[in-house]
Amino acid sequence: MSFINYSSREIILKIVYYGPGLCGKTTNIKFIYGSTNPDARGKLISLETKAERTLFFDFLPLSLPPIRGFKTRLHLYTVPGQLFYSASRRLIMKGADGVVFVADSQRERFEANQISMDDLKENLAAYGYEISKLPFVVQYNKRDLPNINSVEELRAEFNPGGAPDFEAAAGHPDGAGVFDTLKSVVKMILQDLKNPQS
Amino acid sequence: MNAQSVIYEDEQKQLAEICQRLLREALAKAIFLLDRNGQVIVSIGEISEIDVTSLASLVAGTTAATSSLAKLLGEPEFPVHFHEGKRDHLHISLAGEEFILTVIFDQRSSLGLVRLRVKKTTERLQEAFVAMEERRRLPAPQGAGLFDEITDDDIDNLFGDGF
Repeated sequence: MSFINYSSREIILKIVYYGPGLCGKTTNIKFIYGSTNPDARGKLISLETKAERTLFFDFLPLSLPPIRGFKTRLHLYTVPGQLFYSASRRLIMKGADGVVFVADSQRERFEANQISMDDLKENLAAYGYEISKLPFVVQYNKRDLPNINSVEELRAEFNPGGAPDFEAAAGHPDGAGVFDTLKSVVKMILQDLKNPQS
Repeated sequence: MNAQSVIYEDEQKQLAEICQRLLREALAKAIFLLDRNGQVIVSIGEISEIDVTSLASLVAGTTAATSSLAKLLGEPEFPVHFHEGKRDHLHISLAGEEFILTVIFDQRSSLGLVRLRVKKTTERLQEAFVAMEERRRLPAPQGAGLFDEITDDDIDNLFGDGF
């Protein structure tokens, strides 16, 4: 749910990165943090286990230039990917303006992606949302690794609706695809707010 | 989804006045009024050393988790949770359905005083929330106009040199 504060003249958008455990959600956020002008970013918060697995969420606030006199702020969240954190994932989805599904391109993670996608649909439904009706972007991550599914295979399974999708290597030093993904979902959210579908 | 949450200037001012009174009467260090998604509506008191955005997202997260815990145990809510530190303490309470009132206090105050004043403040806030809700039932909310004015170029230009 976008938040407009007329007092501080701010528009705040919540974007959630979703996907199976170890697909690179936190890596996306960390790359964004590391590549953003310090003036344009807040503190990166990671609530993680001792083994650096996300326990509750990661949170990164970013500032974009003003639109029509309103500061645009992004609140990026990741969900914990591990299966048994389903209850936490559902809490984080509340009020999301847009969702990035980070699919792990490695062949052995295909089923994990499927389970996560089903879980996403279920958690969206809990708030009355549907993938086809919200700003939604798919990222095929880990394209720099061997033994990966083709983009066509991944697209057929995880993006049959034809949402914007991007190949990425969030863990690679150049973070290919990370900002393309973010920019795409932000544009979709703003266009959605500008031209409501329903 | 297109759902929007909007706070207008006059509403923010009114809520801030209510929180100012709580700050004085509870001898608190700082007061934050947030929505349940962690958006900051009011932040007052000794806040210069506090990362307010981070605080808000963490309070919203812990409140959501506490709320789920309550439901798991068959309680409708745990409307108050309290964290006691060596120096500073955090009193978090639900204010209406959609808001969270957070009070930071130290040895200048006490839990009893904060609880008492928060209770009174919550009643005042509830009255303000009712008026806010009524306003949102009126047709043609002002929030819609802001996005109508945004052009595709505005959106394209958002990602400039900072990225």
